[in-house]
Amino acid sequence: MTSLATAGERVAPAPGSPRGRRAREVRLGLVRSVPLLPSLALLALFLLGPIVYAIYGSLTNRTLTGPNAANPSFVGFDNYARLFASSDFWTSVVLTVVFLVASAIIGQNVLGLLLAVLMKNGTPTLSRTIAALVVVAWVLPEIVAAFALYAFFASEGTLNLMLDAIGLTGPAWLIAFPMLAVILANVWRGTAFSMMVYSAALSEVPPEINEAAEIDGASAAQRFFRITLPMIRRSISTNLMLTTLQTLGVFTLIWVMTGGGPGFKSATLPILAYQQAFNFAQIGYGTAIAVITLLIGAIFAMVYIKVLKPEVD
Amino acid sequence: MRKTLTTLAAGAALALVLTACGGGNDSGSSGADGESTGSDAGSGSATIKVAYQKTDAFTQLDDLLQKCVGEFEAANDGVTVQLEPIAAQETEYFTKLALMHGSAATAPDVIYEDTFQVRSDAAAGYLAPMDDYLADWDGWDQFSDAAKQAGAGDDGSTYGVSMGTDTRGIYFNKQIFEQAGLPADWQPESWDDILDAARTIKEKVPDVIPFNLYSSKSQGEAASMQGFEMLLYGTGDELYDYDTQKWNVGAPGFVEALTFIQTAQQDGLLPGLEDALDTNLPNRISGELFPQGKVAIIVDGSWVPGGWMSDGSNSWPEWQEVAGMAKMPTSTGQEPGAVSMSGGWLFSIGSQSKNPELAFDLIAGCLSQENSLKYDTENSQIAVRDDVASDPVYLDYNPSFEFFSSLVPVTHFRPATPDYSQISSQIQVAAESVLTGQASPEAAAKAYDDAVTALVGADKTQNAG
Repeated sequence: MTSLATAGERVAPAPGSPRGRRAREVRLGLVRSVPLLPSLALLALFLLGPIVYAIYGSLTNRTLTGPNAANPSFVGFDNYARLFASSDFWTSVVLTVVFLVASAIIGQNVLGLLLAVLMKNGTPTLSRTIAALVVVAWVLPEIVAAFALYAFFASEGTLNLMLDAIGLTGPAWLIAFPMLAVILANVWRGTAFSMMVYSAALSEVPPEINEAAEIDGASAAQRFFRITLPMIRRSISTNLMLTTLQTLGVFTLIWVMTGGGPGFKSATLPILAYQQAFNFAQIGYGTAIAVITLLIGAIFAMVYIKVLKPEVD
Repeated sequence: MRKTLTTLAAGAALALVLTACGGGNDSGSSGADGESTGSDAGSGSATIKVAYQKTDAFTQLDDLLQKCVGEFEAANDGVTVQLEPIAAQETEYFTKLALMHGSAATAPDVIYEDTFQVRSDAAAGYLAPMDDYLADWDGWDQFSDAAKQAGAGDDGSTYGVSMGTDTRGIYFNKQIFEQAGLPADWQPESWDDILDAARTIKEKVPDVIPFNLYSSKSQGEAASMQGFEMLLYGTGDELYDYDTQKWNVGAPGFVEALTFIQTAQQDGLLPGLEDALDTNLPNRISGELFPQGKVAIIVDGSWVPGGWMSDGSNSWPEWQEVAGMAKMPTSTGQEPGAVSMSGGWLFSIGSQSKNPELAFDLIAGCLSQENSLKYDTENSQIAVRDDVASDPVYLDYNPSFEFFSSLVPVTHFRPATPDYSQISSQIQVAAESVLTGQASPEAAAKAYDDAVTALVGADKTQNAG
């Protein structure tokens, strides 16, 4: 995609040049993009295809069982109209945004950056030990991590036993504070990824620039916010995008820990979509929720690309 | 980005697979299913795939199949039966089944099917009509009319052979009752009697959960049937009006039933929410909490003693001395005084089966007099074959049979419509929202009414208020 675009740009800013040359450049651009065709075809087949099909599915009244499973009909935007009129849906949108902002954007990113900075300034042994500990959460398969966290937050789980030992009685976290529990769980699980991305980014910042700033009298905070952060902003953008989209798709963790409950109190959009499609058999309606989730992901991605402008230095 | 998009794409691809279910029906089995039959082609042999439920607490069906499949394979040379146990609770079991029907390569030939799913799955085109085979089967005459009706589809054809039926009532722990000073022959006359007994237990035996009634969507159909419907049908209101063929909305009984759940919850008579919302609660109640004396009164099905009598993980030899049984009363004791719900499971043939005759032969063999007797006794079913129901072995096998059979006159069946299974989910949502205190009974009933109207259309609902 990018090389197609750059080929196009290269052609455009040549006003007044002979026509033949321009045509040749266009031809050359096309020829150069030929090797991209297989990947474009694969993307269209395996990525665009299902998305288009999902959008179509969300416009039907298909169900998992019953007459509408055999003969679904096209219902236009009925599913979306029902969705937008449903209070459960709007609750779910709010929960999804809260989950994204708290666990991915603030939790994983800030904590990951903080760990990376501390590790850079710590002794090598210490930083290696911390890195190993944090990465354990990342290495665990999602289902294992989910069960471990369930065991941690359950009312007779590790956390409450620890609180018990110091004379406190913990609440049933998964019932009383389901969102807090799944947010902490996702931070625990995902921070290692951000930490590794930021560790790599920080090691690329040339030390001379920092030293120069130090000589000019810049404080540590100033150096961090004025020099380090701007220099790693491409990594920040990439990492924000990756963690946001990954968190948007988190299903197993929440499903195992709370099942979206109690009621719909921790039902983020993927949970709601699954419940509607597979537990309540409303495939069309559930697919409409999935499409909305896709849109939210796309919006976040576009905002990151626009605001952080990773391609321009 | 890529990861999420892949996830989304995978979700979309799932939808794609699902969509294929409907489309494939007309063409029946095409060439696309080579994978499942590839190995059969050689010597004129055939494979019959059986999809059924098996959990640590429910192994009786697996036992039955191990026996009757052996008999079937011995009698049919070259035919292989492939057992595909699905280890899942009910809701997930139905989802898995529906997904299996999505492709001819995975579609089962013989299906263990709940009666409330039959009309729905028949309408979805997942099941094959069995009328032609039943006409030639001498065993069919032994089945009661109600049992025959249980497998009927909307088009009048029969889509399943009943394995047994069930009723529902109250079990109570006599030892806990004694500690609380309650009678060992307890029989509540109204909902208030249940609440009063539960309050007494809460006061006198504080470590025990006084009462359990399934009320969460994580328990699926158990919450609809053993839970809410046991209340609703005792108020005089029903979900569906057979005369007008419309779904009732605005029924006062609906709010009364939800209010009962709210009262029990607010008075602290039910399990803590963590347990109440547990998917495995039905297994834990019958296999663990009730036998261990951790819950005093439960509303559950007639099959429960089957697990207690088995050698399996739920074995509880002392159950006859400890477990008392009582009828579920109507809300204020009005006629007929008690209420029960009946369901049961069937064997059906998959519409994409390439060997429906063999599939039927297997079903007929598994539900012969001998095998039905084995299953109905071991799994504590109310027999539907006359020659099993009258068999002395059956009658003497389980002392709870007499009590649960006595509930047949007051029992109700779930609405036999293809929409029921989807509406049932909305009942669970309503019950859970009241249980968790997220909605008042009135608000939850209103949300249910709106959801039902959206599902079946305003022309198929009527105000019962």
